[in-house]
Amino acid sequence: MDIKEFIENFAAEFEMTEPEEFNENTQYRDLEEWDSLLGLSIIGMINNNYGVKVTGEEVKNAGTIMGLFKIVESRVK
Amino acid sequence: MEAYIKAVACQMGSHEVTNADIVRDFPDWSEQKISVKIGIDKRYVAGEETASDLAFKAAKKLIVQESIDKTSIDAIILCTQSPDYFLPTTACVLQDRLGLRTDVMAFDYNLGCSGYVYGLGICKSFIVAGLAKNILLLTAETYNRYIDKSDRGNRALFSDAGTATLISAERGLFKIGAPVYGTDGSGYTNLIVKGGGARNPDEKAGNLFMDGPTIFNFTLEAVPPLVQETLKRNSLEFDDVSCFIFHQANKHMLKFIREAIHIPEDKFYLCLQNYGNTVSSTIPICLDNFVQDGRVKSGDKYLLAGFGVGYSWGAITLEA
Repeated sequence: MDIKEFIENFAAEFEMTEPEEFNENTQYRDLEEWDSLLGLSIIGMINNNYGVKVTGEEVKNAGTIMGLFKIVESRVK
Repeated sequence: MEAYIKAVACQMGSHEVTNADIVRDFPDWSEQKISVKIGIDKRYVAGEETASDLAFKAAKKLIVQESIDKTSIDAIILCTQSPDYFLPTTACVLQDRLGLRTDVMAFDYNLGCSGYVYGLGICKSFIVAGLAKNILLLTAETYNRYIDKSDRGNRALFSDAGTATLISAERGLFKIGAPVYGTDGSGYTNLIVKGGGARNPDEKAGNLFMDGPTIFNFTLEAVPPLVQETLKRNSLEFDDVSCFIFHQANKHMLKFIREAIHIPEDKFYLCLQNYGNTVSSTIPICLDNFVQDGRVKSGDKYLLAGFGVGYSWGAITLEA
C-alpha cells in the first residue's frame, strides 16, 4: 500500500478543503470541513479502494491520516 | 400466474422544510453544506397528520387518478413503523376510511427501508396463490415524530410520506420478478426507537438513534451480494438491467454502494434531492418519478433494493 495514494484518496472525499492541505500528519478531525458524514465517506473510500472494513470508532480515534493508513495496511491481504 | 404493478401514487407530509429552514435552527451549518454533503434540498414533515393519513391520501389519489373500481380491491396491506395505535391494525381503519369491501384482507407489517420490496413479494405471493386479484399496497412513515429537535443530521435526512401501489393479476406497468430477502437482527440496536414499546414502557417513543457508520458498513457488506443473488434468481446478467432503483438512504451511501457494485451513473436512479429519505416510501417515490420522467421502456428490466433498520434487506426485479 502506498501512503501517497492513500492521502490522495482521502483528500478526494473532501469537497471544500484543498488537496494541498493533506499530508500523513494531518489531524483530519481538526479540519473545518470534518463532520460525521465525512467519516462515512472515508469508510466507503477505504471499503471500495482497499476492500477493508474500518469502524466509525476507528476513524474517530486514528488521529492522523498515517494512523488510519496503518489500520488499513494491517488488514490488506 | 404473474403479478403486476399497475400504478403508484405518493403523498408527502404537509410541511416542506428547506435547507434554509434547517440552517435557521442550526446556524453553524450552511445551506450549501447540507445540499452538497447530504444531497437533499428539501424534505417534508407531517404536521397534524399521521402516517395513516398520508397513506389514505396517497390511496385516494391513486384511486381517482387511475379510476380504480374500489370494489375490485380485495386486500389492503400497510407497511409502517408509525401506526396510529398499538391496536387495532391501521390497515383495518384504512379499509373503512377508503370505503373498501368488508370481505378484504387487511393487515400492517412493521419494516423500514426494506418494506416496499417485502410488500411486492407478499402481494405477488397472494396473487400467485389465488388469494387476491387486486391489492392496495401502502407504505407510510412519520419518522420526524421520533427525531429529537436537536438531532440535526437526522432532521436533515428523514422525510415523512405515504405511497400507494396497486398490484394486480391483470397486466400492468411492471411485471414483478422473484425477490431475495435477508435479515441480521444482531444489528437491531444500531437504528432504533427504544421507548414506548413493551421493553421500555416508561420512555416516550422518540429519540430515534442511528449509528451511521455501523449501518453504512452493514450496507456495504449486504447489498453487493444481494444484487448478485437477485440477478441469479431471475436468470439475469448485470447488463440486462436497465436501471437500478435503490432505497434512497443518503447521497454518500448510494455513491459508495453504486461504486462497489460498479453500476454506471446513468443506470442508477436518484431522487433524494427533492424528497429526502422517506424510509419504506423511497422506492415507490422513485418509481412514480421514473414513470413520470418517461423512462419506462417496454421490455426493460429493473432491480429494486431496500436495506436498513432491522437489519433487514431485500431486492426484486421488475420488467416493463
